[in-house]
Amino acid sequence: MKRLFAFVSFCLLSCAAFASEAPDALVKRVSDEVLEIVRADKDIRNGDMQKIVALVDAKVLPHFNFQRMTSLAVGRDWRSATPAQKSRLAEEFKMLLVRTYSNALTGYSNQRIVFKPFRMKDGESEVLVRSEVVQPGAQPVQIDYWLELADGKWKVYDVVVAGISLVTNYREQFAREVRDGGIDGLIASLATKNKSLEAAAAAKTARK
Amino acid sequence: MTVTAGFSIRRLVRLLVVGGAVALAGQATAGENPRDPYEGFNRAMFSANETLDKYAARPVAQAYDAAVPLPVKASFGNFFGNVGEVWVGANNAMQGKPAEAGTGVARLLINSTVGIFGLFDVASEMGLERYNEDFGQTMAVWGVGDGPYFFFPVIGPRTARDTAGWAVDTMADPVTFVRPESVRIGTAVLRFVDIRAGLLPADKVVEEAALDKYAYIRDAYLQRRRNLIHDGRPPRLDD
Repeated sequence: MKRLFAFVSFCLLSCAAFASEAPDALVKRVSDEVLEIVRADKDIRNGDMQKIVALVDAKVLPHFNFQRMTSLAVGRDWRSATPAQKSRLAEEFKMLLVRTYSNALTGYSNQRIVFKPFRMKDGESEVLVRSEVVQPGAQPVQIDYWLELADGKWKVYDVVVAGISLVTNYREQFAREVRDGGIDGLIASLATKNKSLEAAAAAKTARK
Repeated sequence: MTVTAGFSIRRLVRLLVVGGAVALAGQATAGENPRDPYEGFNRAMFSANETLDKYAARPVAQAYDAAVPLPVKASFGNFFGNVGEVWVGANNAMQGKPAEAGTGVARLLINSTVGIFGLFDVASEMGLERYNEDFGQTMAVWGVGDGPYFFFPVIGPRTARDTAGWAVDTMADPVTFVRPESVRIGTAVLRFVDIRAGLLPADKVVEEAALDKYAYIRDAYLQRRRNLIHDGRPPRLDD
């Protein structure tokens, strides 16, 4: 009986593992879905920030691990942050990344995303999915996604564009803020930055 | 690809480099970032460049971007890419990558014949990949370290090694051999504007994403070079 129970729970666990979408398939599916929506929606291409943020919130963010991303961006100082500070940091950093890079969707015209061959060893829990954005009259841009497996789901924790990690590129800037004003100083700087971006976006909408 | 704009700019740069070295000898205090020991000097150069860019380079690039139709821009880009192909191939050979070097030569031959002197990038459509190589990367493969980071007006960010590499790239640049001088300068300026126009979409992202634009650009440059040196697959650096 005990053995049967063990066998059944093993099956359930492995079924759960098999049921989770493969990391490369996940990235491809989400990219396709998002581009499909952008292609069909003129407001988004014209820079309607509310619609863009709603799209990113619904389709993209569930597949990101912002806690891990923020810890990578903050580096060594992350360990000295309290749980409350950590969640504030992750929240502000998420807002900054969403605001800044959602803009990239507005410039979308007729680019194509090509995924490179993906290889993964058995039992690996951190993988790299490589892709390229191809556009006429310009060099292709390399976009790589780092994903980790947690609780049976693959989540992105770093995006590398043309060799530049959008996450670790903040490390020096964040370290300086922490040196000058502590973790709270960094949180305050990020909050100020987000507020000014929000005000700029609001002013732009008002002008239209 | 390197940004070159004729001899006058090179002379200006030499002046700046020498002037900078003199200034540095006076104020060689250790900065906070070990990779950027001359940060004070670099920040001054960076803000000078921001002004130059705001009033000269960016408006010209924007006008070019708006006025020139996409197929023509693509042809310029392909042409300048083709011009650099031999040197990219030479660097691939010097880095011990004969297959990639061969691809470069094949690309040049195909694009210069079928593609009408490289105006159309037929080779890429045939699946011959274009590589990004320069002498700075070759020296890195040979084991030369980055050296300190510098920011030069007009030329932009370079490590000490990549500054030396850039000087060699410039000497090997086919545009250097174009005669008469007016055509050479015209070609070099067109290439500069074409490259600057290609960077226009990135302007807004950097402006919005950075807490400190100088540091953001420096760290992006260092990451990008590291990626190029490892041909797009650098080992991951985590804490």
